[in-house]
Amino acid sequence: MAVKIALPKGRLLRKTAAMLQKAGWGLDEYTSNMGFYRPKSRKFTESLIRVFHEKDIPVQIAMGNYDLGICCLDWIEELLVKYPSSDIVKVRDLLYGKGALYAAAASPQVGLRQNGAPVRIASEYPNLAEAFALRKRMSRFSIFPVWGAAEAYPPENAEMALLSVKHGEGLADYGMVPVGKMLDFSAFLIANRNTWETKNLDKIVTSICDSLPEAGKKMTAGDEINTVGAPARNRPVETRSDTVRLALPDGHQQQATVNLLDRAGIKLDDYPSETGNRRPGINVDGVTVKVIRPQDMPLQVANGNFDMAITGRDWLTEHLDQFPSSPVGELLDLKSSRVRIVAVVSQKLAVDDCGDLRRFIAGREEPFRVASEYVNIADRYARDNLLGCYRVIPTWGATEAFLPEDADMLIENTETGRTIARHNLKVIDTLFISTGCVVGSTDVVSGVKRKKLEAIVARLRTAVEDK
Amino acid sequence: MKIQRCKGMRDISPAEMKVFRLVESICRDVCSGWGYQEVRTPTIEYLHLFTSAGTLTPGRLGKVYSFLDWDGWSGERVVLRPDGTIPVARMYTESMQGMARLFYAANLFMFESGGEETRERWQCGAELIGAGSAMADAELITLSLEVLKKLGLKGVELRLSHAGLIKALLVKLGLTPEEQSRMFDRILDGDAAALAEVSRESPEVGDTLKPFLGLKGQSPGFLRNQRALLARNMPEIRRYLDEFLKTVDILDELGVKYQINVASGAGFEYYTGIIFQFFIGKEKIGGGGRYDALIPSMGGGDMPASGFALYVDRLMNLGSPENFVKKAPERVLVRVKSGGAVKEAFGAADKLRDAGYIAELDLNGEKGDFQCIVEVRSAAPVFTIVNTETKKKIEASTVKELLKRLEEEGGG
Repeated sequence: MAVKIALPKGRLLRKTAAMLQKAGWGLDEYTSNMGFYRPKSRKFTESLIRVFHEKDIPVQIAMGNYDLGICCLDWIEELLVKYPSSDIVKVRDLLYGKGALYAAAASPQVGLRQNGAPVRIASEYPNLAEAFALRKRMSRFSIFPVWGAAEAYPPENAEMALLSVKHGEGLADYGMVPVGKMLDFSAFLIANRNTWETKNLDKIVTSICDSLPEAGKKMTAGDEINTVGAPARNRPVETRSDTVRLALPDGHQQQATVNLLDRAGIKLDDYPSETGNRRPGINVDGVTVKVIRPQDMPLQVANGNFDMAITGRDWLTEHLDQFPSSPVGELLDLKSSRVRIVAVVSQKLAVDDCGDLRRFIAGREEPFRVASEYVNIADRYARDNLLGCYRVIPTWGATEAFLPEDADMLIENTETGRTIARHNLKVIDTLFISTGCVVGSTDVVSGVKRKKLEAIVARLRTAVEDK
Repeated sequence: MKIQRCKGMRDISPAEMKVFRLVESICRDVCSGWGYQEVRTPTIEYLHLFTSAGTLTPGRLGKVYSFLDWDGWSGERVVLRPDGTIPVARMYTESMQGMARLFYAANLFMFESGGEETRERWQCGAELIGAGSAMADAELITLSLEVLKKLGLKGVELRLSHAGLIKALLVKLGLTPEEQSRMFDRILDGDAAALAEVSRESPEVGDTLKPFLGLKGQSPGFLRNQRALLARNMPEIRRYLDEFLKTVDILDELGVKYQINVASGAGFEYYTGIIFQFFIGKEKIGGGGRYDALIPSMGGGDMPASGFALYVDRLMNLGSPENFVKKAPERVLVRVKSGGAVKEAFGAADKLRDAGYIAELDLNGEKGDFQCIVEVRSAAPVFTIVNTETKKKIEASTVKELLKRLEEEGGG
């Protein structure tokens, strides 16, 4: 039986590729950026290799979809801390990709317990963040699971962030000080527990171990460290009760946002920022700006951390499908970044619409697997369409590559449909059209602030219409 | 797709349910007899109710069913009730005052990684709030023993420990506050060897401490004799020892048998005083203790309290139904004999139920364990009782007469 191997893209790709080259795998396609989701090995021709976002790999190994995988210990522990009986064997520390997870705050004075109010912790590692809070015996805490930019949240929008950095001093680059160390990590070779006991993985594992340097010093997990009094760089931005707090997106939406704001006569200082500054200046009085992930904006507006934000309707819908009564709404359609949110299956599947799908699912034994970055939209779609026994598999990008082996359907966004066709997939349903939009709190805010908000929306509306 | 019940969950069959209700009703009757009033708290509570220091140990918190509610955008989690006492204390703090005797029958949820069907458990518990005396401790212990006796259970063993004493010993062992609380949690999570283990690492522990650390029970006489000696060497322990012995003295007067085993204090982090556990053989069937700091920590003012819970699932498994179940009420089948008597049949079944029978309507020729069948007609004779054993038939024209004849047939 073919050995199935999951390899990481992203931060570990370069070093993993170099290590596997040294191990003589002959993986020519595991270097480029296009179409390398299924690279072939010239040495292990029988093996089936797939490239995933690193965070997906422990889940795929635990589910038994793949026999072997390479990813960093932080994502393994993020899964194991919540699901300790997961079928994962940590085979070997690969000694590269080293880093550490720290709970960090903007200033050393942060107390673990505030006066009865919950301690807010922003992190890409919500399970580890919860474990940290429980270990510290915090009596009341809120975890903000974020897609990224956790370091931008303290001190205004969270008391702490659980961050991965290359080394402890890395926190100073964010202007933060450590509160406690959660974990030292490096890349690991992991295996599914069942296949580790039944399949012959000897040659593959040996080739990897032989290519490694002698084992270094042992990793220690969960050391507590002393708080060091590094100077805080992230001074809280002074706000008044009528200050409008605006969230702007990082990543590829930045240029479109700059253009829009420019047409509205709104100028930003240091956005997009080359130095990673997440607090750009703005030429509108009584407005402060912070740069975070568009995926995280609706939740942050709901929590009153921001008054308005520029994101996509897809992420607003994702939020409202999780929290239907959330006080966040769309204030303005920016009519940009137009994508369709679609249900996608393999072209080989004789299913053309939702009715076909229901009949197909009713006739099979195994649960129906829906993979998506939009977990709550996918869950609601499956629920509303009575898809019987289904499972939603959360993914962190490169979702097309899940079909057909690792999922039965995707809920995906597509601009032109070309990527979907290139992966031999087809669209069977369009859920909705998503465009960029301004979202804001639907809770009544004070008179002055409401007027300011409306004025900004009016300027943006004119800019959209002028286009 | 094969349908199946959720892993770790159990169905309770009609036969088991009979036993369940009996156990529950004995708890209810005994508690009511002692002046306890029944309460019911919600299945879902805020997680932070259980995370405050001094409530649930981190070991237990790692197994709770917590999730974000549909309006949980703040990131604060809710939880399926993992404990019986804390919600009752919360309810008391929110809406009651003064002395309160409360009891409950509730299901608790706690993840178990094994395949056993114990992720949902049932317990009957009582909380005595507003009384801090040794008499109050003795009331709860006697009350729980009465329930166990009425259940007809033999070989119940009562084990006693004291949370205050354990904490004081941990201080004496020279542990840091963090180590102390970690060790306390280990002991409470049932690790009986924890205390002995740490004492080995602490050479300065004198012979005076050693007797506490044995796993086998110490006699109360020993405790009394040691008191004077201990009080000199460890004055800080004296208070807890006095408290402990006061309760033990009352139990002696009442003729209650018990074992003292300080090192095995399995229970909850919120315990501050006496800890008691009930065993039959190796199986723990219930326990309780004093938690004087819990209600103050919730903002309910200085309010001593103690309580216990009995594990209904385990009690159900211990006895066979015959041992538990009283003579069940007689089952009667009510059959409509000629058209038009439906109303009379419903009416007669109603009256039969009022009189303590289980009356089932014959919908499609039911066969079953019925001692009698009552045939109902629209014209006289309205009722005919058919004894299914003797095949004897008796007629009756009114419901009153029907009940009388049935009673004469040996039912009721």
